Amino acid sequence: MAGFILRRVLWMIPSLLAVSFLAFFLIQLPPGDYVTTYVATLAASNEIVDQRTAAELRDRFGLNQPFIVQYWLWISGILLRGDFGLSFEWQQPVSGLIWERMGLTLLLTTSTLLLTWAIALPIGVLSAVRQYSFADYVFTFIAFLGLAIPSFLLALVLMYVAVVYLGQDVSGLFSEAYQTAPWSLAKVQDLLAHLWVPVTILAVNGTAGLIRVMRANMLDELHRPYVVTARAKGLSEFRLLLKYPVRLAINPLVSTIGWMLPQLISGATIVAVVMSLPIAGPLLLQALMAQDMYLAGAFLLLMCTLTLVGMLLSDILLALIDPRIRFD
Amino acid sequence: MTDDLALDIQDLHVSFPTRAGLVRAVDGVSLSLVRGKTTCVVGESGSGKSVTARAILQIIDPPGRITGGRILLRREGEPELDVATLGPRSRAIRELRGHDIAMIFQEPMSSLSPVHRIGDQIGEAVRLHLGVSRREARSRAAELLAQVEIPDPRNAIDRYTFEFSGGMRQRAMIAMALACNPSILIADEPTTALDVTTQAEILDLLRRLQDARGMTMMFITHDMGVVAEIAHDVVVMERGQVRERGPVHTLFADPRDAYTRMLLGNVTKLESPSAIRLARPSRPIGPPVLSLRDVEMRFGGRKGLFRRGGAEVRAVDGISLDVRAGETLGVVGESGSGKTTLGRCILRVLDPTGGAIDYRRRDGSVIDLVNAENDALRAARREIRMVFQDPFASLNPRMTVAQIVGEPLLVNGLARGAVLQGKVASLLERVGIDPNSAERYPHAFSGGQRQRIGIARALALSPRVIVADEPTSALDVSIRARTLDLLLELQDELDLALILISHDISVIRYMCDRVAVMHRGRVVETGETIQVCDDPQHAYTKALLSAVPRPDPTARRMHLRHRYTSA
Repeated sequence: MAGFILRRVLWMIPSLLAVSFLAFFLIQLPPGDYVTTYVATLAASNEIVDQRTAAELRDRFGLNQPFIVQYWLWISGILLRGDFGLSFEWQQPVSGLIWERMGLTLLLTTSTLLLTWAIALPIGVLSAVRQYSFADYVFTFIAFLGLAIPSFLLALVLMYVAVVYLGQDVSGLFSEAYQTAPWSLAKVQDLLAHLWVPVTILAVNGTAGLIRVMRANMLDELHRPYVVTARAKGLSEFRLLLKYPVRLAINPLVSTIGWMLPQLISGATIVAVVMSLPIAGPLLLQALMAQDMYLAGAFLLLMCTLTLVGMLLSDILLALIDPRIRFD
Repeated sequence: MTDDLALDIQDLHVSFPTRAGLVRAVDGVSLSLVRGKTTCVVGESGSGKSVTARAILQIIDPPGRITGGRILLRREGEPELDVATLGPRSRAIRELRGHDIAMIFQEPMSSLSPVHRIGDQIGEAVRLHLGVSRREARSRAAELLAQVEIPDPRNAIDRYTFEFSGGMRQRAMIAMALACNPSILIADEPTTALDVTTQAEILDLLRRLQDARGMTMMFITHDMGVVAEIAHDVVVMERGQVRERGPVHTLFADPRDAYTRMLLGNVTKLESPSAIRLARPSRPIGPPVLSLRDVEMRFGGRKGLFRRGGAEVRAVDGISLDVRAGETLGVVGESGSGKTTLGRCILRVLDPTGGAIDYRRRDGSVIDLVNAENDALRAARREIRMVFQDPFASLNPRMTVAQIVGEPLLVNGLARGAVLQGKVASLLERVGIDPNSAERYPHAFSGGQRQRIGIARALALSPRVIVADEPTSALDVSIRARTLDLLLELQDELDLALILISHDISVIRYMCDRVAVMHRGRVVETGETIQVCDDPQHAYTKALLSAVPRPDPTARRMHLRHRYTSA
């Protein structure tokens, strides 16, 4: 097992290098650069920047150098000094900007994940055990309804209802009073009071798919001979269900944890924009639109790293819960 | 007399409501189990024997349910209980399951959970019914594993099923069933998935355990040889009804029902070479079509920084054989002996790691299949075809029979349109399938018919060699001989060389002119079939032959069999 993990971690090094190169290449692909976008933004507000100032800016940001040199400066800074560069737009170090938002993003995504699983797994099991029953149809219908409603629409409706009928502002993750306040018990309470709205919206959207997957997995397992064996032993249906088919039906779901990690950054962007949530998604979007290349690059690199780490985590988890994989 | 009965089933009915109407899987079955004795329930697939057994524990797959009759359980010192009246989820029936009546199943791999340890699965029943602690259950599990003769039981309880061989798994399964000292053991085809030698060991074990515990056993099987070996009483079932019942000696000596006679006839038919083969005039022996020299197939064993090294497996370890036109060569051996791998090497589905396979083409030129590439390989593959074991899995359920049989012709660009249809029709006719049903899908055909379709597909390109990998092991006995006869007829007609891979020595004896006995990747003995079967030279061949149960209850010999332990 230790050898397996070591091998996988070693493999991650060349993958990451290749991926970082690709990410840097991709953010340079759109025509123009940050200065072009910057000039265009200023022009829109009737400020004219002359060619010389633009050229000076390019010099200062190192945008005139060949691609490979820029890449080397960027990647060596990260590797040698842990320096992700400077965000052009925010005029701040990229690392500070990212870490500030990652904590809240992590909180939001994990709560959503937990809620989704807590709702979807029992319902999935129920609809499989009572296949084609009234409950199966009702839950399936509700779940598909949740899938079909765009999450930003649900967000808008919820916000509208909250403001008009409850007189409460549910956008953001903090009330204005706590926006910049240092952490305290009251701030945490405030956070929790706000958190449930986006979590519910996002969970409603993700539940349907998971219910269907769990239901299908369970239906596969329910008629396996080992279930009959367990029944012939005299186990009660409920204990039998939890111990054998549910255990095996969850295995494939564990591997999905892997690709949920990169979702930390890119997921929930639309809802976050609508509800002005201070998480990573909107910041990445903004960075991409402004061609703020070091900020965007750092995000892309982080996503790729998270993907690789997530896959590794999934594989380790799967090996832990499924002996067949461990011994293969 | 009735006092000796442990279980008395009276006029049992089990039905499955389906869209097409009510299917009576068990239709008025009466049978009884004599205390301490073995009652064999024998019948072909669809006879309702498994459903009857499951009805006793009320574990019939939904939507099936008991619609009538009584299942009277008579335990010592307790009042008679009609199990059929208990609800399938009731506490009362759950207390019987695994406690008074235990069951073992056909497929020991899938019947045990792959993700729970053996000891946990055995101890579960103990904890459930005897209410002992986890630790006690654990030591009881180890004790049980020792009783079923699993080596190093203390260690074995913490293992998983996939770490065990088929025979060991079935032993673990038996240990699980015995956990609470049940008075009745129901065994549902417990040896069907096992090799003959392993089957012999398991039957031996079951008999010894039964004697030691005075257990009543209901043994379900389709194999008359097994019945003859272990039964006291026999119940013959067909299509949900009992055709005949009686003590084993009477039934074998004087079968009264036509169906019983048919079953026995089919088994004895496979005891000697096929009539078709015996009627053949002796033919001149031509040069070999296929000539294998030191063929080797190794798996695994490569190591590297980023690759996991594993132990190297020599599935085929230096095999030399000749196959002549118009002859049938049998390859016999247990699972894991490498016989299937050998077949795949000949077809070049696998790339052998060493040796040569010389194939003599129609024009007399010889190519080496091991090194052949592209066009030469493709041409040779057209002439060497395969018939597969599983007639269900080897036909694409989404293709019509015409498409399946015509596909080889189509992909090789040999026929299309009306010509193709005509060829398919004549192929189907040749294997005895009505060409008018060519537009139907495989599910509309029985197992035997599907295997005929598979044979028609193999014949489509007018092959010269057919490799048949266990072509009859998934079929009922009554269909086996017919399928084999078809292959023999085709061989006469087309001068085919047949390579028949089988673990079943009776099939080999019925079909083959010569036989090669394989063990651990090597051929341990070759020769004329009659000679090898009647006067085996190698100790392994002797062990293999003596482990085959014969349909003669007066000559039980399994306990006298040869045992072969190789280094």
